[in-house]
Amino acid sequence: MKILVCISKTPDTTAKVAFKDNNTKFASEGVQWIINPYDEWYSLVRAIELKEKDPSTIIHLVTVALADADPIIRKALALGGDEAIRINADSHDSYYIAAQLAEIAKQGSYDLIFTGKETIDYNGSAIGGMLAEMLGLPYISLATKFDLSGTTATAIREIEGGEETDELSLPAVVSCQKGVAEQRIPNMKGIMGARTKPLKVVEPIAIDPLTSVVSFELPPQKAGVKLVPADNPEELVRLLHEEAKLI
Amino acid sequence: MSVLIFIDHSDGQIKKSSLEVLSYGAKLAAQTGSEAFGLLLGTVTEDLATLGKYGIKKVYQVNNETLNHMDTQQYTNLIAEAATQLTAKIILFSNNLTGKAIAPRLSAKLKAGLVSGASALPDTGNGFIVKKSVFSGKAFANISISTDIKIISLNPNSYHIESGSGTAEIVQLGLTVDAAKTKLLSTQKASGEVVLSEAEIVVSGGRGLKGPQNWGMIEELAKLLGAATACSRPVADEHWRPHNEHVGQTGLAIAPNLYIAIGISGAIQHLAGVNRSKVIVVINKDPEAPFFKAADYGIVGDAFEVVPKIIEAVKKLKAS
Ligand SMILES: Cc1cc2nc3c(=O)[nH]c(=O)nc-3n(C[C@H](O)[C@H](O)[C@H](O)COP(=O)(O)OP(=O)(O)OC[C@H]3O[C@@H](n4cnc5c(N)ncnc54)[C@H](O)[C@@H]3O)c2cc1C
Repeated sequence: MKILVCISKTPDTTAKVAFKDNNTKFASEGVQWIINPYDEWYSLVRAIELKEKDPSTIIHLVTVALADADPIIRKALALGGDEAIRINADSHDSYYIAAQLAEIAKQGSYDLIFTGKETIDYNGSAIGGMLAEMLGLPYISLATKFDLSGTTATAIREIEGGEETDELSLPAVVSCQKGVAEQRIPNMKGIMGARTKPLKVVEPIAIDPLTSVVSFELPPQKAGVKLVPADNPEELVRLLHEEAKLI
Repeated sequence: MSVLIFIDHSDGQIKKSSLEVLSYGAKLAAQTGSEAFGLLLGTVTEDLATLGKYGIKKVYQVNNETLNHMDTQQYTNLIAEAATQLTAKIILFSNNLTGKAIAPRLSAKLKAGLVSGASALPDTGNGFIVKKSVFSGKAFANISISTDIKIISLNPNSYHIESGSGTAEIVQLGLTVDAAKTKLLSTQKASGEVVLSEAEIVVSGGRGLKGPQNWGMIEELAKLLGAATACSRPVADEHWRPHNEHVGQTGLAIAPNLYIAIGISGAIQHLAGVNRSKVIVVINKDPEAPFFKAADYGIVGDAFEVVPKIIEAVKKLKAS
């Protein structure tokens, strides 16, 4: 079994969201970077669990990023995974990134490719689906459970108002969200071991993005909270009914 | 040239989020001087002709019951084929769970630029620029699509449903349906509950509620208001509530008209997923809770005293 786990670096969830150069770029000065939580907590941990069940499993991590992502990749390797591949390119749109990942996926003939539900910065939820199409593979979007029995996979995926259980044959692409696995903290042995795991750097292929960011903007500020005394909650109901007209 | 709108359904019913996209698509067609068509894969119990009231001229249907289960490859091939036959230049989805599964596949197949999570109509004055929410609701990005065919998925609850009069012509599309590579084994549905992503009102509880045994009042208030229930991350992590209720930066991002947060501190990661709500009400015993800064209405008080009184007041209101 060969598993490819796609990871991405994102600003820390507490990072201040601000823009520069006339609101065309994210102001990344002083921002801490983390592994995108969906990639780290769910896809990567699930891949590691599958390897724990079947130690012959090989896990490769892949990311599209410049060298400043190396600490993030090492952190992911400290959790698990046998080696990592960094495609040496700055990020463009989802299509550009998916096309780069597809190239690596084709060369490695993986049985299973995991992505996270979305990145917490661009919230595209697009890489998994694009990658599956580029590779001509079945795709399970937003899995909340994933299991293997030989080369047959069962996945539970979220649907509006419930869940469904699907069965499919590998190879396949799966995007993971909460439920698939539980967050793990790397241990000392993992951190030490990660230093010597291979991190291959490859150059990107030529791809034209299909979309581009023109500008960013921040949402309008709230006017301020209207406080209702705790001994008169009926007043809140009146305001929601008469003023906000929502109930 | 046309605007093709994907119509999503389950249990024979068209989803509310698709009615939003139909309204959005009809408006966009008018804005770009083209016609809006709907596309439905599978079967529904509703009369498709009535969808004309949302401003679309025709509804194309691939009337095949096997399509009532979505397989991304099968759906993508059919939508791509329909889009080509109808020379669709703009293809629209809801950015719901189905849209998230298919729109990216279709984008790769047609090499058509995708903006997922749009929150407003595109600016077509000079180019084609779509506003979408990014950083889990902490900001917006304006994205330009440069390809001939464009795909947009619209965030649920970000465009109002507009209906007038009119009937749509129903046209059956005789497309070949390939065998699906994913097989549906079972479906588990929580019946009768309001779907969180589509809900207009959401009542949400945090760790301040102390334990799962105290959710009765949250559920009662939600039921009275026709609302969905949600929770903060630790509440789902501790299995007080199911995972699919977890909202925030690493859960579901929602934008209801009214979000009522009870015993939730308002951490930045929680706010990220809910701050697009139109009106936010916060009930928290700590006057310093950060959530008050993001709220429209608030009560500083003990949820266990305040919420039952709110329930009584809502009952009185509903009775009057
Ligand atoms: C990478 C990362 C991602 C995260 N993603 C998310 C996410 O997606 N969603 C999310 O929610 N969190 C997320 N978190 C966690 C977040 O930082 C907070 O820890 C979490 O939101 C706190 O949940 P809470 O408000 O329910 O609990 P607490 O912070 O414990 O707050 C409980 C609140 O209840 C109030 N309270 C207590 N008793 C009462 C009472 N009797 N009546 C009224 N009020 C009372 C308290 O004053 C307090 O404000 C994330 C954290 C990290 C690091």
